[in-house]
Amino acid sequence: MSIWEYANPKKFVETTTPLLPWTFGLAGLCLVGGLIWGFFFTPDDYRQGATVKIIYLHVPSALMAINAWLMMLVASLIWLVRRHHVSALAARAAAPVGVTMTLVALVTGAIWGQPMWGTWWAWDPRLTSFLILFLFYLGYMALWEAIADPDTAADLTSVLCIVGSVFALLSRYAVNFWNQGLHQGASLSLDAEKNVADIFYYPLLACIAGFVLLFIALVLMRTRTEIRVRRIRALELRARRAEART
Amino acid sequence: MKALILRDLRLAIRAGGGFGLGLAFFLIVIVLVPFGVGPEAAVLRRIAPGILWVAALLAALLSLDRIFALDHEDGSLPLLATAPLPLESVALAKAIAHWITTGLPLTLAAPGLGFLLNLSPAAYPWLFGGLALGTPALSLIGTFGAALTVGLRRGGLLLSLLVLPLYVPILIFGAEAARRGGDGLEATVPLVFLGGIALGTLALMPFAAALVLRINLR
Amino acid sequence: MMPDLGPYAGPVIWAYVASIGLILVLVLASWRRAVRIRRALEKAEGQSRG
Repeated sequence: MSIWEYANPKKFVETTTPLLPWTFGLAGLCLVGGLIWGFFFTPDDYRQGATVKIIYLHVPSALMAINAWLMMLVASLIWLVRRHHVSALAARAAAPVGVTMTLVALVTGAIWGQPMWGTWWAWDPRLTSFLILFLFYLGYMALWEAIADPDTAADLTSVLCIVGSVFALLSRYAVNFWNQGLHQGASLSLDAEKNVADIFYYPLLACIAGFVLLFIALVLMRTRTEIRVRRIRALELRARRAEART
Repeated sequence: MKALILRDLRLAIRAGGGFGLGLAFFLIVIVLVPFGVGPEAAVLRRIAPGILWVAALLAALLSLDRIFALDHEDGSLPLLATAPLPLESVALAKAIAHWITTGLPLTLAAPGLGFLLNLSPAAYPWLFGGLALGTPALSLIGTFGAALTVGLRRGGLLLSLLVLPLYVPILIFGAEAARRGGDGLEATVPLVFLGGIALGTLALMPFAAALVLRINLR
Repeated sequence: MMPDLGPYAGPVIWAYVASIGLILVLVLASWRRAVRIRRALEKAEGQSRG
């Protein structure tokens, strides 16, 4: 009984059917709970005032934007090596979720930055890196749409994801070099002193959990949809072949 | 492999424009900028390194979809794949040909055009060095992008969307080198990074491009 | 009930509205596509068996 059993599309759909509502439910709980906790029951930061409440959206979405891409990278590698269609479809399914997370991170970052830095958009290294990541996501999704044959599309987008990851990492360092930036230091590092104060930390964890669960739920749902699309195409192909024979 | 490069060069020249078109585009963009931002010398001096680099990037980008287009159209791409020359070498040859027709003329012309934008005198060697290191990387990455989109109908636009984000690190380091050099600051660090990127792309991009070509030729 | 957001009421509210809005769009779009495809599959499977 290995994890690769779930690479079988039918088994994947069967297994995830009961799981999906629970995942969504749990995601909703953590998200709504965490946001309410953070919004209504935490104090203001002495420096940033009430804008610190934006942290409950900005940090989790930024984390998920990166993690979504990493998941796509792993899924792409699995596809290239083991040719499991579920893996390729999962990567495709994750991209719109990742792009939305990136957009949320950018929008909340810009809105947060305005009162803090005095400008609606600053070419701060982290914001800029996320803008570049946004472009990578767009390119990836555009390539999937442009190629007719699904297996070829899966292969090409997988290679793009891998090459893109290298350049995304490179861009991160280049952008840091280019502009030392206004962003505050790591809010979640393991060094306790640098941590965001505890009182913000726990609601933040709840929101992060919510975002992670939401990502998982959405990717599961979208992968199931992609599997069904593939099945529909196969059925149509079979029907057309049957007609051609008669 | 030399034969392949020479063939591509000959095709580029014969198809009209080969060397000239990229260069002309470069010149036109440089000339347009002062019309857009105003003729004030101090402003132009500040933005000159960046403009020169962005223009070089765009000029390199424009000729990318031609890298494999002719071979795809006349059906010689599968032949190249099965030729005794490894596909990686084919990709490298294509990149070299692209660089000779685009990157090399741009690198040579840039200092000449820098004066139009009032480029700071100290910046010239840094600009030249940066372009000399960066334009080969642009060609190599562009070859990978062209391989991804070979044969697609609206391939040109998609190619730009895919390749420009990959170009960002080169642009950043190249423009930074020219800018810092122009201000009289220490500028070897970005240049070293550019060198690293050039070597890295030289090592990896032919393999990536060949892999993608094989996928597309299946 | 509503905390005093002080001078930052605008940005904070907009940040929440925009983010939740984007996420809702994603969830609803994904769900609607899932339902549409599921129905299309049921139809296609019905036809292939019938």
